[in-house]
Amino acid sequence: MNQTLEKPIFEYSRPGRGAAAQHPPAPSADAIGRAAIPDALRRREAPLLPEVSELDAVRHFTRLSQLNFSIDTNFYPLGSCTMKYNPKACNQYAMLPQFLGRHPLAPATVGQGFLSCMSELQDMLKEVTGMAAVSLSPMAGAHGEFAGVAMIRAYHRARGDLARDEIIVPAAAHGTNPATATMCGCSVKEIPVDAEGDVDLDALTKAVGPKTAGIMLTNPSTLGVFERKIEAVARIVHGAGGLLYYDGANLNAILGKVRPGDMGFDAIHMNLHKTFSTPHGGGGPGAGAVGVSARLEPFLPVPLVGSDEQGHRWLDETDRPQSIGRLSAFMGNAGVLLRAYIYMRMLGRDGMARVGEFATLNANYLQARLRDAGYELAYPTRRASHEFILTLRREAKEFDVTAMDIAKRLLDFGIHAPTTYFPMLVPECLLIEPTETESRETLDGFVEAMVAILAEARSDPARLKAAPYTMPVRRLDDVRAAKHLELTWKPVQ
Amino acid sequence: MPFIPHTEEDVRLMLAAIGAPSIEALFDEIPAGLRVQGLAGIPPGLSEMEIGRLMSERARQDGQPLSFLGGGAYEHHIPAAVWAIATRGEFYSAYTPYQAEASQGTLQLIHEYQTMISSLTGLEVSNASLYDGGSAVAEAALMAVRAHRRSNSQRVLLPTTVNPRYRQVARNTAGGQGLRFETIPCLSDTGSIDPAALAAYAGEDIAAVVIQQPNFFGRLEDVDALTDQAHALGMMVIAVVNPTSLALLKPPGEWGTRGADICVGEGQPLGVPLSSGGPYFGFMTTRMAHVRSMPGRIVGRTVDLEGRTGYTLTLQAREQHIRRGKATSNICTNQGLLMTAATLYMTLLGPTGLARVAEASMTRTAQLVAALSTLQGVRPAFAGAHFHEAVLRIDRPVAGVLRALEAEGILGGLDLAADYPELGHALLVCATETKTDADIERYAAALGRALEALRAA
Amino acid sequence: MSQVPVELRYAKTHEWARLLPDGSVEVGITEHAQAALGDLVFVEVPETGRVLAAGEGCAVVESVKAASDVYSPIAGTVIAVNLALAAAPELVNQDCYGRGWMLRLQPASPAALAGLLDAEAYGGQLAATGG
Repeated sequence: MNQTLEKPIFEYSRPGRGAAAQHPPAPSADAIGRAAIPDALRRREAPLLPEVSELDAVRHFTRLSQLNFSIDTNFYPLGSCTMKYNPKACNQYAMLPQFLGRHPLAPATVGQGFLSCMSELQDMLKEVTGMAAVSLSPMAGAHGEFAGVAMIRAYHRARGDLARDEIIVPAAAHGTNPATATMCGCSVKEIPVDAEGDVDLDALTKAVGPKTAGIMLTNPSTLGVFERKIEAVARIVHGAGGLLYYDGANLNAILGKVRPGDMGFDAIHMNLHKTFSTPHGGGGPGAGAVGVSARLEPFLPVPLVGSDEQGHRWLDETDRPQSIGRLSAFMGNAGVLLRAYIYMRMLGRDGMARVGEFATLNANYLQARLRDAGYELAYPTRRASHEFILTLRREAKEFDVTAMDIAKRLLDFGIHAPTTYFPMLVPECLLIEPTETESRETLDGFVEAMVAILAEARSDPARLKAAPYTMPVRRLDDVRAAKHLELTWKPVQ
Repeated sequence: MPFIPHTEEDVRLMLAAIGAPSIEALFDEIPAGLRVQGLAGIPPGLSEMEIGRLMSERARQDGQPLSFLGGGAYEHHIPAAVWAIATRGEFYSAYTPYQAEASQGTLQLIHEYQTMISSLTGLEVSNASLYDGGSAVAEAALMAVRAHRRSNSQRVLLPTTVNPRYRQVARNTAGGQGLRFETIPCLSDTGSIDPAALAAYAGEDIAAVVIQQPNFFGRLEDVDALTDQAHALGMMVIAVVNPTSLALLKPPGEWGTRGADICVGEGQPLGVPLSSGGPYFGFMTTRMAHVRSMPGRIVGRTVDLEGRTGYTLTLQAREQHIRRGKATSNICTNQGLLMTAATLYMTLLGPTGLARVAEASMTRTAQLVAALSTLQGVRPAFAGAHFHEAVLRIDRPVAGVLRALEAEGILGGLDLAADYPELGHALLVCATETKTDADIERYAAALGRALEALRAA
Repeated sequence: MSQVPVELRYAKTHEWARLLPDGSVEVGITEHAQAALGDLVFVEVPETGRVLAAGEGCAVVESVKAASDVYSPIAGTVIAVNLALAAAPELVNQDCYGRGWMLRLQPASPAALAGLLDAEAYGGQLAATGG
C-alpha cells in the first residue's frame, strides 16, 4: 500500500492545460452551438473542474487507488458483505462493446443476446432460491427490500385487507429492514431473539395479528447462525395472515444447501454483489434482484424479461397491470446483472453448491481457531454459518480495549477489519466473514494477527488504542468532520 | 474447483481443527426436511474460454446500430483512461469506506467528486451519489418534504416536461410514504412548462415543484421566472439537470433570485457507458442549510491524530444502519464505481472539454433537426431553444417509421406515442458529439426512403 | 450515577423541564442522555411559534454515533430557542442543565409539569436501567 498522501486533483490544475486528445475539436465559427442559448440561461463562470494533462490525471487517480484496501490486494473479512474474489472474466465479458453500447431504449430486436442472458439469469435465480418468479430491476439490496415490502403491501391491498401495515423485524435485523418498512409506509415491531440466536417464538406469537403485513428475516441470521425454528416462524406468520420476507444478505451461506422458497418465504431479495460476486466498487453498484412465491408474482416490479416464440422482451405495466411499477429509470443495473450471469454460468450447478460448503467450512475453521486462541464467541454452542461473531466484552472490561481498537490494529497487519458494532445486540462485537475464495494460509495469517493483537491487549493496551500506525493516515477526528463540515475542496487563501 | 483454493489436505486439516467429520456435518443445524439435493435446473459450469465464446456470440447478436436515441441516456465518447483506472482492483473490489484509514483513495476521490458536482450545479454540498436519475428525483421529493421548514405539505408538482420514467419512479418510490404528486401541463406550441398552470396553485400548500432543464423534449425552460414564481408561492424548487449541459447553462444554484433548493440528475453522460440502462448513478446537491436532510453517503475532510489531512464518511448518524426506522432513506450504498468513472471523466474533460462536448452535441442536434425537417412530412414540434434533443412531428405513426429505419441499421429515436399521445405522431431525436456529417446524412436519406415507401404502401 | 438536579422535572425519555418565574418552561436533555450520545456535533431546534403536544419530537441531537429525537415533555408553544447551539452544540455536553438548554415553551395548561417525574423518580429509573 502506498503511504504517501496525494494532494487534491485541483492543486495540479493549471489554466489552459488539458487532456486535449479527449476533447472534441473547437467549434467552427459558423457552428450553431451556444449562440442558440438565450443570454439569460447561459453559464457565466466556468465550473471548478481540473485542468490537467492525461498523465496528471492517470497518475493522481492511480495513486489514490493505492491508498485503498481491496479484495484484490488484502484479506477483507467484512461480515455480512461477502467480500469474495470478483473473477476478472466477469468484468471483461460484460464489457464487450456491443453490451456497453446498447441504448436502454433500443428495441428488443436489437438486444436478443443481452436479453437471453437476462432471461437465463432469472431462471437460474429461481432455481437456486426456490422462488416462483424473479425480477432483476432493483439496483441494490435495500432497493430490493423496498420492492419486497411494497409487493407485500400491494398483495394485502389487492385482497382488500387494508389494515395490514405492521412489519415485524427481529432485534438483530439489518438497519435497512426497519428503514425500508418506514419507506413503504409501514410501522415496525421489533421482537427479541433468544440466548442462542433463534427468534423468540412466544414474542412472535404475541406480535402477530390482523395488522401484521409480514416479517422480515435474514437466514442465516445477522447473528451468524441458522434460524432453526424457521418452519415454526413461517407457520405462525402465515397463520396470522402475514407474509415472510427474506433478506438475502446471507444467501452465500446456504447456496445449494437450502432454499428460501422451501423455507416458506414469500418474497426475497438477493444481493448479487455478495453471493454472485459482482464488484462492490467502493460502495456500489449493487444489484438486488427480487424473487417471489406464486401469489406475489403479479406484483413484481417491472421491467422483467418475458420470452415467447418471437424471442425475449421486457414486460412492462401493460403486461403486468398489478405491478408495483418501475423503480429505476430503465431496467436496473444491467451491467452488474451480466457479471452475475457470467459468474453463475462459470460456477455451474456443482460450483454453486460448493460456494455454500466452502464458505461455511472457512467460517467454522476460523471460529474454532479463534476460540482456541482465547477469543470469546458470541454463540459458542452454535455452528457458524458463513460468518460468526466474536465479542470483546471481556477485553473491554479488563484492558479497556474495544472491538474498534482491534479492528484498527488489524489494518497494520494488512487485513481489512471485520464488521464492527453490528449486530448491535452483541456488545463489542466483530462480525467475521472469510468467504469461500480464501485459502487456509490466508485464514491462518488472520489467526496469527489476532493472536498477536490479543497479546498486545494484555501487555500494551495503549499501543492498541492508538492504532493504526502504518496506514496513510492515523485515526481521524470524526467529531471535527461532522461539526466543521468541509464537504468540498476550497483553494488555500 | 473454480475460485476455491482448497486442496484435499486443507479440507482434512480444517475439519480436524473444527472437530467435524465432514463438510456436510457443518449443515446439521438445518432441518433435514428443508435440505435441497442438487440444483438440476442450473447448467454445468463453463471454463473461462467457453464463457468467453458464449458471451462474444451473445454480444454479436446485439449488433452496433447507428443510434439517435436519447430520452435520459446519452452516447458520448468515453476517454480510454476512465475505465482503465476505474476497473483497477483497488477501486473495483473495495467496499464502502467504513475503515477510513484503509480507504483514503476512495474517500478523497468522493471528496473531489463532491467538489466537481457542487460546482457544476452551483450548490454548496453534494452526496456521494444515488442509484440513478429516476431514484434521485424520488429521493429529492422525499427530501423536500422533510426539509421544508414552513410547510408540512406532502404535495409535489411534477410537470409533464419531466422525464416520464422519472415521474413513475418518484410515484412508485415515494407514494408509500404518503407523498402526492400532481401533474402540471406544458404549452403545446413551445413544449415548456405553462407558467399559468403553476400560478394556479397560489394559496395552496405545496412542498415543491420539479423543474427539468433541459426538459424531456430537449427544450430550455425559463428557469429564472419559474424558480422565482415557485418560491413566491412557498414551494421548494427541485432542479433536474443534464450534467453535460451545465458546461454551458446557468447552474441551478443561480436560477432566479434565490436559486434552486435541491438539484438532481442522471450522471450517466459523465463517462458511463449506455449498457442497456445501468449501472448509472444519480447525483444530488443542495444548500448547506439542508445538508442534514440529504440522503446517502457524504465525505468530509478532517485531520488525523497527527494533524494530517484525511477524509472520512460524515453525518452517518442520519443513515439507516444507525437510525434504522427513522433514517432519512433506506439507501445503503452509493453507485461508487460509476461516481469514480465520472470523476475521471470530468477531470479528463475539464471545463473546456466538457463545454466542447456540450456545444458539439447542441450543434449536431440542430444539424440533425435541420436535415430531417427538409423531408416531406417532417417538422420540428416546438419553437425555441433546444439543448441536444428535439421532438419532430411526422405525418404518420412513428412506430412503422422506426421499424423501417431499424431495417437499415438505424435507431431513429424514441416514439412518444405511449407517454404523450396528445402530441400526435411525435419522435424524440438526439445527436451528440459522436455523430458525424455522414451519420446525419445517412439518417436523413434513410428516413426519406422510409417515408416514401410508407406513403407508397 | 449521573447528576439529577432536584429542582427540575423529568420525562422518561431523558428530557428535563424547568419552571421559570414567568410561568414558561425551559427544556433540555439530561446528563445521562448527553453522556450516552457522546460529543454532539449538531442540534436542531424547532421554529419559534410551533405548537407541540406532550411527547412530540421537537428537536434532534446528533453525535457521530447517533441521531436522536428530543421529545417535548409537555404540551405548549415554543417561545424561544437556544440559538447558541447552532455554533456550539458542545454546550449540551458541557452544561446540559444550564447553557445547553434547548427551548422554552409557554405551557398549554398551568399544571403541565404535574405529570412528569421528580428527581427521585427519574434517578430511580436510571438506577433500574443501569444508568
